[in-house]
Amino acid sequence: MSTLLALDGVSKQYGSLMAVDGVTLGIERGARHALIGPNGAGKSTLFGLIAGTSATTAGTIALAGEDITRRSDSWRARVGVAKTFQHSSLFLSLSVADNIALAAQRLTGHGLRIRTRAAHCPGVAEEVERCLALVGLADRPQVRVSALSHGERRQLEVAVALATRPRLLLLDEPTAGMSAAESGRFVGLVESLPPDVTVLLIEHDLDVVFRLADRISVLHLGKLLADGTPEQVRADEVVQQAYLGSGAARELFLTSPGSP
Amino acid sequence: MAAPVSAGTRLQPQPLDPPARLRWYGVVVVALAFVPFVAPADVAATATRILALALLAVSLDLLVGVGGMPSLGQAAPFGVGVYAAGLTARELTPFAPVQVLVAVAAGALLSALLGWLVVRSRGTYLLMLSLALAELVHTLAGKWDALTGGTNGLVGVPALTFAPGGEPVRLAGLVYWWVLAVAVVGFLVVVVVSRSAFGRSLRGIRDNEARMSSLGYSTFRVKYTAFVISGAVAGLAGALWMAQTRFASPEDLGFHVSAFALLAVVIGGRGSLWGAVLGAALVGVIRDEFGPQLGGRGPLLLGIAFIAAVYLLPHGFAGLRLRRARTQGHP
Repeated sequence: MSTLLALDGVSKQYGSLMAVDGVTLGIERGARHALIGPNGAGKSTLFGLIAGTSATTAGTIALAGEDITRRSDSWRARVGVAKTFQHSSLFLSLSVADNIALAAQRLTGHGLRIRTRAAHCPGVAEEVERCLALVGLADRPQVRVSALSHGERRQLEVAVALATRPRLLLLDEPTAGMSAAESGRFVGLVESLPPDVTVLLIEHDLDVVFRLADRISVLHLGKLLADGTPEQVRADEVVQQAYLGSGAARELFLTSPGSP
Repeated sequence: MAAPVSAGTRLQPQPLDPPARLRWYGVVVVALAFVPFVAPADVAATATRILALALLAVSLDLLVGVGGMPSLGQAAPFGVGVYAAGLTARELTPFAPVQVLVAVAAGALLSALLGWLVVRSRGTYLLMLSLALAELVHTLAGKWDALTGGTNGLVGVPALTFAPGGEPVRLAGLVYWWVLAVAVVGFLVVVVVSRSAFGRSLRGIRDNEARMSSLGYSTFRVKYTAFVISGAVAGLAGALWMAQTRFASPEDLGFHVSAFALLAVVIGGRGSLWGAVLGAALVGVIRDEFGPQLGGRGPLLLGIAFIAAVYLLPHGFAGLRLRRARTQGHP
């Protein structure tokens, strides 16, 4: 497998705080790669740097061998980097279908078309239907987003990202606030993605992490603490020590996979 | 196209299906076309000016209501359209369609220049920047005597003609019909833009510009295009204003014109387009009809109307349907 995304010494400094501190990491093409770590470890900041919503203060980011460190977020989106947001970032006054259509019509090249009616964009309606079905919102296309529940918004967030047909999908705590059933459906959704879509996932629910990830990186205080297969990371003493302060995490790390 | 009624849709206004909406537009236009038959000439003249201002408000609603760009400088493309139409009529030809085309081009060109700066800002900054630039254009119109006639205004504009070299049209009713016809076209242009895929992109930017950018949109391009279209329609409204007044003054570019348009949009309900037309009609009648009777206290009445609108109609006229749906409850 080749490397799709290569981070080299990537850092983000806010004043005296190093939110992300010299992270060097390669994400394989087609990987299901999880990024874990305690709160404040810099996971979401790192996602922002990869998606281009904030600028690095040091280091380089390369996508498929091309340096994209100085590229804008919209440029990166156009070459196939999609990100979902930790706190849902949607178009609240628009309908569920229109939210997805905005992603789809950018892809089909209709985003700036004045003579194409929004309701009759070729290819867009089909894409909207496909994405709605994928995340389980097929029965609510005309509902305004402001009327959706928190869990439904999380699902829609994923649907909007999928509608951009990404090469690299960045999922920032996708299951936060989802019910157990919704979160189970989400795992199924990620498993059903085409194998050439690379998924990088921030997730606190380690159940989800160990079910999905074929590789795990651990971030702690902005630094990359460990990177390897789930078994390697689980066995890593440094990781266990970093997590010892957190009872829940210790429990999950010290029990075998598959046990509750 | 009936949306399934579920818990989430219940409180939303159910949009009219397109044929029903078109029927309503048709009824309103036919009713407006009858005005010259039932009203005296001076009322027709006032109605003509209100139509021009309504189109100005609609052009602003595309920016404010659909695009989320609160501009307080819409008088600039409007006023430039007024001057462009007047100068065309005086120096080139009083043939009406030519004036309209030149005014549209002038409004679009000015907005293309100003928009390059304006759409880079947001919210209150956009409000102040658009106001500042419009005031610059306003001052320029007052100083450039050779072109604009300075503070004396642009005088000696001939009446428009419906054929090149034809008879000047002096009947208020005929001018009214011409203005009505062109205003309807302008309104429909904005409706088409608003309902297009581009219009959806514009709404996306209004709701969440950062997200649009992360979906791969160049939000500058979308906003800039909307700004230029809005300026072109405002220029068109300027030509219609000139068709009736046949006089231009730097005050046509002044702050009060921009404020008038924004007031009409807010009272009408942002983003609904037809609400802006109603808002402009109300504001226009208050300012031009009741204002003079109150001995120049028109602005006071406008202020009261504005406060009443904000309290009683938080979503403007366009919100009335929503409120009715809420109190009656949908099935």
